[in-house]
Amino acid sequence: MNFWRRTLAVAKKEVRQLRRDRFTAGMIVGLPTIQLMLFGYAINTDVRHLRGAVADEANTQLSRRLVDDAQASQVIDLVARAQTPRQLEEMLREGEIAVGLAIPRDFERRLALRDRAPAQLLVDGSDPAVLMAARGLSNLPVAVRSIRRDDPEPTFELRAFYNPERRSAVQIVPALIGVILTMTMVLFTSVAIVRERERGNLELLINTPVRTTELMLGKILPYVAIGMVQTTLILLLGRSVFGVPIEGNLLDLYVASLVFVAASLSLGLLFSTLVSTQMQAFQLTFMSFLPQILMSGFMFPFDGMPRPAQWFAQLLPLTHFVRIVRGIILRGANLAELANELWPLVAFFVVTVSIAIARFRKRLD
Amino acid sequence: MNAGPAIEARGLTRRFGANVAVDHLELEIPRAQIYGFLGPNGSGKTTTIRMLCGLLAPSEGDAVVLGLHVPREANALRERIGYMTQKFSLYEDLSVLENLEFLSEVYALERGSVAERLGELCAEYRLEKLRAQRVGTLSGGQKQRLALAGAVIHRPDLLFLDEPTSAVDPESRRDFWESLFRLADGGTTILVSTHYMDEAERCHGLAILDRGVLVASGAPRALMDALAGAVVEIEGDDLRSARAALEALPFVVSVAQLGTRLRVLTDGAEPAREAQRALDAAHLAARAQLTSPSLEDVFVSATRGRGVAA
Repeated sequence: MNFWRRTLAVAKKEVRQLRRDRFTAGMIVGLPTIQLMLFGYAINTDVRHLRGAVADEANTQLSRRLVDDAQASQVIDLVARAQTPRQLEEMLREGEIAVGLAIPRDFERRLALRDRAPAQLLVDGSDPAVLMAARGLSNLPVAVRSIRRDDPEPTFELRAFYNPERRSAVQIVPALIGVILTMTMVLFTSVAIVRERERGNLELLINTPVRTTELMLGKILPYVAIGMVQTTLILLLGRSVFGVPIEGNLLDLYVASLVFVAASLSLGLLFSTLVSTQMQAFQLTFMSFLPQILMSGFMFPFDGMPRPAQWFAQLLPLTHFVRIVRGIILRGANLAELANELWPLVAFFVVTVSIAIARFRKRLD
Repeated sequence: MNAGPAIEARGLTRRFGANVAVDHLELEIPRAQIYGFLGPNGSGKTTTIRMLCGLLAPSEGDAVVLGLHVPREANALRERIGYMTQKFSLYEDLSVLENLEFLSEVYALERGSVAERLGELCAEYRLEKLRAQRVGTLSGGQKQRLALAGAVIHRPDLLFLDEPTSAVDPESRRDFWESLFRLADGGTTILVSTHYMDEAERCHGLAILDRGVLVASGAPRALMDALAGAVVEIEGDDLRSARAALEALPFVVSVAQLGTRLRVLTDGAEPAREAQRALDAAHLAARAQLTSPSLEDVFVSATRGRGVAA
């Protein structure tokens, strides 16, 4: 059928051009790798290795054990020792340490009576992240458990579901599939049509029997394949470097990625019909990144946003994909359970591709 | 194939806002001929070609191309016409063969015949040694041969060429015209726009456009003959003074210097004698003589006359 012949001819040409363009071809693998490493390592919401100091006035077997346990939590690294709590305060004020652990002389008696906290944590409250980490530390049941192994009720226990170790990488990496796909896919297609226009190739194309739909589809197809390659790459790296497990069905994950890739490509294609130079296409593309990254729930909790912002975020494909991908990878959900997030992506694709085709036809006249 | 003209336009008009790019154009172009559009930049050549291809809807009037109404039947027409754009529009980052392969698929050539057709084109347009070469590295003449090969890959009945030789040297240009004549002999109708006189002179028929209006049309020879007795050549020493004296005369349309001679286009009854009288009156040692009109004279007379009237 001529429809497919022409569509595949466009796709083949696109792949050939891409292969010639070494830089762009390199970006297909390079961009996801670099982004994943950067985000995976740098975006770290669980604070560890805070500089700390201890003033152990009790200096008993139990108090030393408490110090060891606190250090074993990796939240604080003991860099100094102090004689009195007052010295700890000084070190805190001078910025030498972020956390101070003060164990009073009557530590063991307090433990036995349980009428007041047995030890004190002195914290630099000027950094909210540090404050939060220290709050977590104060709840650590380590010391208490170590002396009262028979205690039926734990003093305090915090349990995190789906990410028991509460490692950021586990939360970040799945959603990163969406962020990275958004970046590459929208960018690739946003220049796809306008590049032909800028280089004068469009004048040739519109004089041939190639239909708009064939042209659009032919332009999208190679990048769908590239999107799948990138998804695979991120999953493999996420697993090998960051140890992110995949709880759900891999096929579900790929189906969802396919739909998301198509939605992102169609957005790029739409951009491409709105602008007249590649530079404008870049600007429009980058303008679309920020809201997607900030409002999709990737960085900040969706529920924390005001209502109108939530409505807007619902229109963004990344919002839905972040939910799907977290659902499948971390919670082991299946696509049927996530259908509510899948159909907006399908709708997004259909609507944007239709507008792109309609807009393109208009530009001929 | 039906026997009507290849292109027929009645009152074809295209406006862009208040600007009239093409103004009530009447055209009838017979088949298997090379027909030229001659006109300066902005005279509406490209706009007319685009309307005839069905890329641009006319604001008024209609056109029938190869028996098909444009732009209504543009999709059917597209398979039967070839278009060589003014600016080179093939893919510079693909090889010669890859470009032709792409076009063969876009035009849905029969699969079994593609290799044979590409071989034919490479032989006809001397692209054999360049097959694997990246198009961006070709010379102007080579690119032009490739563009023509691409435009005729599907053996179109009608070929549009929009200022095809602006970027090539004279020898390539001659070669190129040889190819066009071979195509016309094979039955292809060719519509070529140009602002080169020597190119226009090679056409079977010619339409001279000026600011969207058809100001003259016919065979180049007939157009030149129609101007017989209107062109005077001046030979002498002080051509600058001679020029000043002649330009003051009411029947002189234009004066142009060609080396040691002046070429004077007139619309007077006895221009040679009148010019000589004016030169003598100015005490200039110059001789006026009637000469045969060139196509440039035709062009100047057709466009200048309108300029004066408007």
